[in-house]
Amino acid sequence: MNILSLLVLVPVLTVAAILFAKDNKQTRLFSAVGMSIQLILSAILVYMYVTERQAGNMDQMLFVKDFVWFESLNFHYTVGVDGISVAMIALTSVIIFTGVFTSWEVLNLHREFFISLIILSTGVFGFFISIDLFTMFLFYEIAVIPMYLLIGIWGSGKKEYSAMKLTLMLMAGSALLMVGLLGIYMHSAPDGGPLTMNLLEIAKVKIPLDVQKFLFPFTFIGFGILGALFPFHTWSPDGHASAPTAVSMLHAGVLMKLGGYGAFRVAMYLLPDAANELSWIFLILTGLSVVYGAFGAVFQKDLKYINAYSSVSHCGLILFGILMVTKTAMTGAIIQMISHGIMTALFFALIGMIYGRTHTRMINEMGGLMKVIPFLGVAYVIGGLASLGLPGLSGFVAEMMIFVGSYQHPDVFHRTLTIIAITAIVITAVYILRVVGILLLGPIKNDHYLELKDAKWWERLPIITLILSIAAIGVAPFLLVDLIGFSLDPVVEKLLMIH
Amino acid sequence: MQIETLLLMRHEMVLVIIALIALFYEIFSKGNNKQKFIPIFIGIYFINTIIGFLPQSEGTIFGGMFVLSGVQLIMKNVLNIGVLIVLMQSAGWLKKAENKDNMLEFFVLLISTQIGMDYMISSGDFLMFYLGLELATIPIAILAAYERNKSKSAEAGIKLILSSALSSGILLFGISIFYMISGSIYFDEVATFMVNPNPLMALGLVFFFAGMSFKISLVPFHLWTADVYEGAPISVTSYLSVISKAAAAFIFTMILFKVFGQLAYLWKDIIYVLAVLTMTVGNLFAMRQQNLKRFLAFSSIAQAGFILLGIISADKIGLTAVIYFALVYIFSNLAAFGVVGAVSNFSGKETIKEYNGLYKTNPKLSLVMMLALFSLAGIPPVAGFFGKFFLFTSAAQGGYYWLILIAVLNATISLYYYLLVIRAMFIESNETPVPNFKSDFFMRTGIVISVLGIFIIGFIGPIWDYIKVVVDSF
Repeated sequence: MNILSLLVLVPVLTVAAILFAKDNKQTRLFSAVGMSIQLILSAILVYMYVTERQAGNMDQMLFVKDFVWFESLNFHYTVGVDGISVAMIALTSVIIFTGVFTSWEVLNLHREFFISLIILSTGVFGFFISIDLFTMFLFYEIAVIPMYLLIGIWGSGKKEYSAMKLTLMLMAGSALLMVGLLGIYMHSAPDGGPLTMNLLEIAKVKIPLDVQKFLFPFTFIGFGILGALFPFHTWSPDGHASAPTAVSMLHAGVLMKLGGYGAFRVAMYLLPDAANELSWIFLILTGLSVVYGAFGAVFQKDLKYINAYSSVSHCGLILFGILMVTKTAMTGAIIQMISHGIMTALFFALIGMIYGRTHTRMINEMGGLMKVIPFLGVAYVIGGLASLGLPGLSGFVAEMMIFVGSYQHPDVFHRTLTIIAITAIVITAVYILRVVGILLLGPIKNDHYLELKDAKWWERLPIITLILSIAAIGVAPFLLVDLIGFSLDPVVEKLLMIH
Repeated sequence: MQIETLLLMRHEMVLVIIALIALFYEIFSKGNNKQKFIPIFIGIYFINTIIGFLPQSEGTIFGGMFVLSGVQLIMKNVLNIGVLIVLMQSAGWLKKAENKDNMLEFFVLLISTQIGMDYMISSGDFLMFYLGLELATIPIAILAAYERNKSKSAEAGIKLILSSALSSGILLFGISIFYMISGSIYFDEVATFMVNPNPLMALGLVFFFAGMSFKISLVPFHLWTADVYEGAPISVTSYLSVISKAAAAFIFTMILFKVFGQLAYLWKDIIYVLAVLTMTVGNLFAMRQQNLKRFLAFSSIAQAGFILLGIISADKIGLTAVIYFALVYIFSNLAAFGVVGAVSNFSGKETIKEYNGLYKTNPKLSLVMMLALFSLAGIPPVAGFFGKFFLFTSAAQGGYYWLILIAVLNATISLYYYLLVIRAMFIESNETPVPNFKSDFFMRTGIVISVLGIFIIGFIGPIWDYIKVVVDSF
């Protein structure tokens, strides 16, 4: 059995196992075991990938397996990974692993909760391993739809509104995507051969410029909606604020990265000429995302809203880096995906835990929590510092590379945009430090808080895992850069060839 | 004429025999014996469905009036499967006290309409087509009025018969124009006149379009649909919205491709407009419905709009996509109707509000409903996704990207109201939910078959490839 297909099979089997679980304990046991296996599998995958590359395998995609699905249309189930997808898979497995533990105390319809959560992760894993656009799109939609139930049933606040808004906006995104993908498919064989959905095959073809210009906005915006591209980001704050903890983690941590990854892998890679011609429009939009998201976060009082807006800002930076089309900026963007994924998962996990104790998410109503729950408090500070880009943690590496890469452009337009985007760092510092100040330091505002207990083992485990990952990337970014560097070359080469 | 050539009508002949069996049983049975006939009949029909898949020679009889090729065979088999599920799902309802005296009529009439559809699909000229169409329509009007003690049901019957009489008139006018120009009613001969079309031909085409649009209930010819669907018994509604619609869509597609292929530049524009209207209006109305039967009626109008996307490309992939989508649609819609029927049989509840909290009391039914609605909305991994994707692929083949965009956005809108039902079942709470219940054996089997269909069809690529191969030889 191909290791990549196992990555999809294990979650499916976990779901099947949960169906037979008798009670809450068995449910979470099965989930934890299944996702631990998944974590180990992805560690093995990283190891296999690195050894294969060191052995001198220069193929663009490794571990490729191909099954014909619909023969006459030439749709395949094709899987394969390069460094970038390996990194994303590792990220996903870390986050779903920690997500299961942060949902340890879900009691209402627990079985359904874990099933939906794991189905969601199946979609995400499937998306990252696909190199056939049909399979990719299929998994993309599988990843999106469980969100409705997850937010609608287990969410809080105006959950029904948020769930509906999120689902419909993302599905509208996939409507655009559908047009883009079918358009690419129809132009995948200009010489009259069989049409194909295979990424690598399509990349060899030169699609006419006017067709590319028509399809690029569909594809890029289609993925961009999931990546919180301004002005299509509005689902994100509501959705994140209403979602239960693990869902916010998975969604901001991984699902939003599907947008960046897809924009990179499909829109930029397959439609390079249009990407070069039209990138200025989207650069302006993503620049707006970056700054607007940061400002939005400053004015929020709800912890989850703050983090949701900050996600808009940080995810905007991913698309920003990708659109800059220099190898440094793109590397930065990929690292930002990983870094932000882990960071935001940490934040949402902490917020969930704090909310579970104080029963409020309004920062004004809390204070001095550092004294009563020091573990959570310290973790929050570490996450915050990573978010505002403190050297030694992951955020610094990612943002540094994006901005340096962007500034490599000699023209005024790109440099001006870079400078504007950099201001977001300052604003980020404002809202992060403000939250830390009000929430964790200062006097305790409510006597009831004195009785709060610090994290339990199932809470400490995910948090320590996430913090270690942040630190590891921050201290040794070259490991990640080496992992993804080789795989970036084909895309960057293709984009730069036109200049 | 030899027996072998008559065997080309095997599907129809077997159905006639089945209808006769039901009639004779009606004559010779007394009182309560009739109930025992339900399992026997379903068993017989099951055998018929299997017989349908036996190898069959192809050819024409009656001087080209009746045509049978692989494509027609597939279409008839698809209908067979659908009718089998409908029969299973109506067993429980037929056993009810008010229906059991004339349940055999139900079988006879239902089978008669199916015979009509089979002839219609196999028609080689406009006369056979029209005969089949009428045979398929008139008994269904009686069926719609089946619940004699309910005025709504009677209303449904009269509305259906009046609107189909009107549409048949329009259709006939179109056909008579074709006859006037070409002097023939055979599809092949009429088709030869399309090379240098006469302006009158375009007029005939418009009438033909209007007539057929009534039958498939395309906007703006859809107004009869909702009332009929709401008034008719659920089994009949599901039959109307699934089997009748699929059969009409099949023959519509085939006639457009076969006879009017040369006029494609004319009717493509009409189809474009009808598709946009049908999807959008169907969706907008579906959003506001509270009664689930009306809800599914409007959603099925919107679904018919999607079928037009397969027609518009006017190529073989399009025809394949239409058949494939119909197959998927039969399973998805019948699963949804099965749940609605089961709940309605047990409690009489039919509105979305009354479904609040259904998941707490009837988790399995709610899950089936969710899968069916996801399939209708085109969400993977259930089969509806594949059906829609292939329809879009065929439209992309013709370069209709904007139409695809409109269609997918409409699919998103449809997801909105499907999610409303899912919200009612899973999220809303209710003080008096539908209590937990177990429906009869046949209903459960019918639902299980539908769900299996929803799950499996997409994953088995060869199904699509098989249809494609057959269509290629068409």
